Amino acid sequence: MVELASSPEINEAFPRSASLDPSQSLLLRAYRWMLLARTTDEKLAALYKAGGKISGGVFLGTGQEALSAALGMALRKGDIFSPLIRDLAGRLAFGEPVSDAMRTFLGSKEGPMRGRDGNIHRGRIHEGQLAMISHLGAMISTTAGVLLARKMRGQTGTVGAISIGDGGTSTGATHEGLNLAGVERLPMVAVIANNQYAYSTPNNRQYACADLIDRAKGYGYEPHSVDGTDFEACLEVVGRAVERARSGHGPQMVVGHLLRLTGHGLHDDASYVDPKLKASAVGADCLRLAERILIERGLAEEGELAAMKREAQAKVEEAAAQALREGGPDPSQEDWAAISDARMLDRGLAMRS
Amino acid sequence: MAVTYLEAIRSAQAKALAEDERVFIYGQDIGVFGGAFKATKGLAVAHPGRVLDSPISEDAAIGLAIGASIEGMRPIIEMQFADFSSVAFSQIVNQAGTQFYRTGVRCPIVVRLPSGGTPGGGPFHSQNMEAIYAHYPGLVVMTPATVEDAYHLLLEAIALDDPVIFCEHKHLYNHLKAERLPEKSDLPPNKARIARAGRDATVVTHGAMLHEALTAAGDLAREGWQIEVIDLRVVKPLDSETVLESVARTGRVLAVGENTPWGGVTSEVIARIADAGFQSLDAPPRRLNCKDTPVPYHPNLWAAHRPNAAEITRELRDLLKF
Repeated sequence: MVELASSPEINEAFPRSASLDPSQSLLLRAYRWMLLARTTDEKLAALYKAGGKISGGVFLGTGQEALSAALGMALRKGDIFSPLIRDLAGRLAFGEPVSDAMRTFLGSKEGPMRGRDGNIHRGRIHEGQLAMISHLGAMISTTAGVLLARKMRGQTGTVGAISIGDGGTSTGATHEGLNLAGVERLPMVAVIANNQYAYSTPNNRQYACADLIDRAKGYGYEPHSVDGTDFEACLEVVGRAVERARSGHGPQMVVGHLLRLTGHGLHDDASYVDPKLKASAVGADCLRLAERILIERGLAEEGELAAMKREAQAKVEEAAAQALREGGPDPSQEDWAAISDARMLDRGLAMRS
Repeated sequence: MAVTYLEAIRSAQAKALAEDERVFIYGQDIGVFGGAFKATKGLAVAHPGRVLDSPISEDAAIGLAIGASIEGMRPIIEMQFADFSSVAFSQIVNQAGTQFYRTGVRCPIVVRLPSGGTPGGGPFHSQNMEAIYAHYPGLVVMTPATVEDAYHLLLEAIALDDPVIFCEHKHLYNHLKAERLPEKSDLPPNKARIARAGRDATVVTHGAMLHEALTAAGDLAREGWQIEVIDLRVVKPLDSETVLESVARTGRVLAVGENTPWGGVTSEVIARIADAGFQSLDAPPRRLNCKDTPVPYHPNLWAAHRPNAAEITRELRDLLKF
C-alpha cells in the first residue's frame, strides 16, 4: 500500500510503478488525497459541532475533492498554488501537511498563521502556497505577479494555479487578474469550480453567459471543461491544462461542473439547494464515485478502502490532538507589529503625557 | 542646473533601476510614452523589459506587485492619479497591508500616487489619499514636500521591506525646483523636519501645504512673529516627538492639511498633542483642512477649496491672540 505522504516531493512526477498502469496508480493516489481531505473535513465538522474548540467558521470542500486533488497533484514543487476555500484536497496533494489545517482552524500558535488568521486563510508562501485573503479574485493577480517576476528573470518551467468558484468569477478583481495574466501571457491555470451556488445565490443570479468556460476566449485562455464529480476526468483534464501552461501554451482555464455537498460553511444548512440538482449527475459525490471505480477496475478491494479510511482517520486524529495540545497564542507575547522595519513603527501612537 | 520635484522622482527611479536588478516599474502608459506626467520618461528605453505598460487594472497591478515581491522583486507601481488607487484599495489594505502580520513574509512594494489638486483637475484627478492609507495597519505613508525628499524618500521607500504609499504632489511636480540633489538625506525616513524655526507658534503640515505654511510664516515674520513650521515628510509613522518638542517650545499649534477635514492627518496630530502635550499648550490646538466637498473643477473654486497662505495667516493670528 502506498504511504499517505504529505511531502511536496511526491508531486514532482506522477508515479511510474512497475506493477501498475501509471494511470491506475494515479487514481489510487488521487483517491487517497480526496479521502484524507474528506476525513479532515469530517473531523473539523465534529470539532465545530462539539463547540468551544473552533472560533469562527468552518468551510468544507465536500463534493469538490476530485477537482481540487487533481490540481494539487498536477502541480510540482516550485509551482505556485493559490487555493480557495474548498481546496483542502488540492492543498494536501500540493504538500500542505494535515496539521496546517488543524492548527489553523483550532488556532494553534504553532500553525502557519500563529493564530493571527484562521481557517482557510492559511498558506506557506515560500513553499509556493499563497495565503488567500477573503476578497475573491485577489489571489489571481498576486499569482500572476510571482509568474511575471519569473518571466522577467527568464525562469521557465513552472506554472501558477488559482482556484475560484462560480461566485468569485463575478468580481472586478477576478476580471482584472485573469485579463492581466492573459495580457502578460503567463503560465497561469485558472480552475473554476462551478459548484452551482455562491453561498445561497444560484448561478442564474451570478452570470449570464451560457457556460463560464465561454469566458476563456474573452481572456485569451485555452478552454477546458470537466465533470467535477469524475476524478479520472479531473486528473486528465486538469493535468492537461497544467501541462499546456507548463510547456508554453499560455494561460489555461478549467471549469469543473459539480455541486457543493455542504453549506457555504457549517453554520449554513444549505436548505436552498434545489433537490433536483442534488438528484442529478452534477450532485454526485466524487468520493463515492471514485470508490466505485476503484473497485470495479479491481484497483482496490472493499477491505483495502476501509483500511485506507482507518489510516486517514488516525492521521487526522493525531493532527487534531496535537493542535489541541499546543493551544492558542499568548497576547502578552505578541509584538503587535504589522511593519517589519522597526524604525518605521509608529511609536507615537502609544505616547502619553 | 535646477532639478524639479518631478525630475527628482524620475532620477530616483532611474538610480534604483540602474543599481538594483530587483526593481521594476509597472503602470499605465509608463513605458515608451513615459507616463501621464513623464515621471518615467526615458526609463523604458534605458531599461528594456523593466518599465512595463499595464492594462487599466489598478487592483491587479497591486496584486501583481505583491506577487512579484514574494518572488524577491522590488516593484514600483505608478497609479496614474492617486484617485484611481481607490480601485486598488482592497489589494493595498487587505493584502499588502496584512501580509507581514499574517504570514511573516515581507511585502516590499512602492505605490506611487500622483496626489493633490491642480487647477482644473476636478473631483477625480485631485484627491489626497494619505490619511486613508495611514489609517490601515501595515503600510508606510510618505508625503514628500521638497525636491530633496521626493528623491531621497523614494529611494528609501524602494529600499524598505514594507509596503510604501508614496504620495507625490502634482502641484509641486514642475513648480518646485532645487539647485541639485544632495547625495545623502540629512534625516532618516522616520523623522519630521523643522522647515522653519520659530518660538511663537507651530504649524504642522505636509505635502504641498508646506509651501503655503512657509509663505504664511514669512508674512507674519514681517509683523515680528516667529512661526515654526514642521514638515512631517512621512505621515505614517508620524514623528510625534518632533511635533511635541516644538509645541513644548511654542505653546501654540496649528495643523494644516490639504485632506478633507473628517479624521485625517491634522486630527491625528491634534489628538497626539492633546494626549501627550496638553501641559505645553497655551491655546487650544487648531487645525485647517480643505472644505468637506469633492475637489471642485473650476480654478476659482479649487483655489478656495484648499487651505492657502492667507487662510493659514488668518488662523495663526487668531491663535496668537488667544
